[in-house]
Amino acid sequence: MSIQVILEKCTGCTLCVKACPFGAITIVEKKGLPAGRQAVIDLAKCNLCGACVPVCKFKAILIDKSRKEGAKKDLSGYKGVWVFVEQKKGKIQSVSYELLGKAKELAKKLNTYVGAVFLGNQIEIEAQELIWCGADTVYLVEAAELANYQDEPYSKVLSKLIEKHKPEIVLCGASTIGRSLISRVAVKINTGLTADCIGLDIEPKEKLLLQTRPAFGGNIMATIITPHHRPQMATVRHKVMPQPEPDKKKKGKIIKESFSTDDLISRTKLVDIVEEVESLVNLAEADIIVSGGRGMAEPANFKILEDLAHVLGAAVGASRAAVDSGWIPYSHQVGQTGRTVAPKIYFACGISGQIQHLVGMQSSKIIIAINKDPDAPIFKIATYGIVGDLFQIIPALTKKFKEALKR
Amino acid sequence: MNIVVCIKQVPETTEVKINPETNTLIREGVKSIINPFDMYAIEEGVRLKEKLGGSTIVITMGPPQAEAALREAISIGMDEGILISDRNFAGSDTWATSYTLAQAIKKISQARGRIDLVICGKQASDGDTAQVGPGISVHLDIPQVTFVKKIEEINEKRARVERMTEEGYEIIETPLPVLFTVVKEINEPRLPSLKGMMRAKSAKITNWTAKDIEADAGSIGLSGSPTNVVKIFTPPPRTGGQILEGDALEVARKIVELLKNEIT
Repeated sequence: MSIQVILEKCTGCTLCVKACPFGAITIVEKKGLPAGRQAVIDLAKCNLCGACVPVCKFKAILIDKSRKEGAKKDLSGYKGVWVFVEQKKGKIQSVSYELLGKAKELAKKLNTYVGAVFLGNQIEIEAQELIWCGADTVYLVEAAELANYQDEPYSKVLSKLIEKHKPEIVLCGASTIGRSLISRVAVKINTGLTADCIGLDIEPKEKLLLQTRPAFGGNIMATIITPHHRPQMATVRHKVMPQPEPDKKKKGKIIKESFSTDDLISRTKLVDIVEEVESLVNLAEADIIVSGGRGMAEPANFKILEDLAHVLGAAVGASRAAVDSGWIPYSHQVGQTGRTVAPKIYFACGISGQIQHLVGMQSSKIIIAINKDPDAPIFKIATYGIVGDLFQIIPALTKKFKEALKR
Repeated sequence: MNIVVCIKQVPETTEVKINPETNTLIREGVKSIINPFDMYAIEEGVRLKEKLGGSTIVITMGPPQAEAALREAISIGMDEGILISDRNFAGSDTWATSYTLAQAIKKISQARGRIDLVICGKQASDGDTAQVGPGISVHLDIPQVTFVKKIEEINEKRARVERMTEEGYEIIETPLPVLFTVVKEINEPRLPSLKGMMRAKSAKITNWTAKDIEADAGSIGLSGSPTNVVKIFTPPPRTGGQILEGDALEVARKIVELLKNEIT
């Protein structure tokens, strides 16, 4: 496990400097003879990502990613692409259907089956829908202790099912439930996990899962593999993958699994679930989000955003500036220290477009920015920019949408 | 109450820029800061100590320069800092990172007795995985509550907290020791005091290597990481589109026209 520059081959051409996402490579004068320039890798900055290796035309960079593991795990027995199905109050969350659509595509490339793991209490009636949306096998576990998500019983049951049936891939939604659950499972069963993938594909030669995800607030993308551990696990955010159309002719089987009460013990106790219904739709689920920032000037003005949101069936979001000013609760905050969203349409009203906000919403399909400052950075990423007074434009939008949508 | 806060030093992302010629991240001159979410973890640790007494230790895994992050945490009110640094940690993914931090916490409790509470920020701003906190709790075999937005009650035996969800929040009771990951809503971090800064300057930072925490060589760094980065690339930057100006109703009409088919 190391990286080195072969001095005899390095010409100091700077190709690797340009390829390094971590700024770890510099070019210096060669010490000694023959004179010339060479690359030097700063190991404190280097992440051993290997981006420099293929760009070097002189094969002057060597990276050794070998592992110290003794006996390598036999991976051939792992088959199937699984989806962890998230339910709340028995209702399957839409991210799970989106993942089934993706799982079907991956399973086809691997010539294997799609499995859906469905935990809850009195939920069997919902299982058929999973089959219609792509599952060949539903692993159903019903118990009173599993009615609501809890970290310990859910991670124990999912880990045991994985160890028993050995799927090669497990996908899970990047929700508050998914993130808490699957991180535990990955450590328990000693395998790799990649968060927030926006691309999943099968590498044709070794049949590895290629997991592509943004890092550094979306400024760079990384493709990640899990070469020596199974299953290969990934989380995907809501709305990243399209939802499949249910095929009501599709057949599949439901396998009921049962667990002992020992496996269902939770040290933590869920006392209450509190739903705050201050906005029409929750941000993560919303197809359309109407967000306000500092330009809203005062809390009462959020009313005009709510009116527009109401007509569109949208959720109301906010920038950090608006939340920090106390105009709207933190649960509405979009951006680096709030929620990351990717709706079909995002209205940014009176939001200048600080990078902290942009990283939380720049994956939206269509961005509409309304701002009086024509130089506001938000216009650099907006699909449609409106330079003007939002107090006139937003009510006008509400009016026109109301007419067009007949609401 | 004995508290350990885990933090990460990250580049200050506001200053992350892409070099338009090379299309790579400009890291030179980018300031390193404490991961913003970890500031809430530090503040909560300091507040609990002020209320309940005990000790607060801040730990980080990172290169030698991550010492600056520990000193900053001390200036805010942490008692002491431990830097877990070793060339063999390079290339750690979330599995290896959570193992390493858990080993360090085990070592702390060997010397100091039970650690009652481990606090982490909900995720780091550079990696955004939110996987390390839960990973630590599994390695330590203690319960976890993620996305904590309020500690309603806490004593040496139990705690009652609010966990943020998509729809609102859950109220959860847990025995101690426990690991919390915290969100921004939990508190408002204070600024370092002058006294704190003086103390941070002279504070002795403990340095631990892989050997010090008795880490298994196959479980740390690149060799202990099940995931491997095979490619890094910069996505094409999003570019601005059409700018509309003029009368509000006219502009609104155009927008409705453009979006009509997207709204069902």
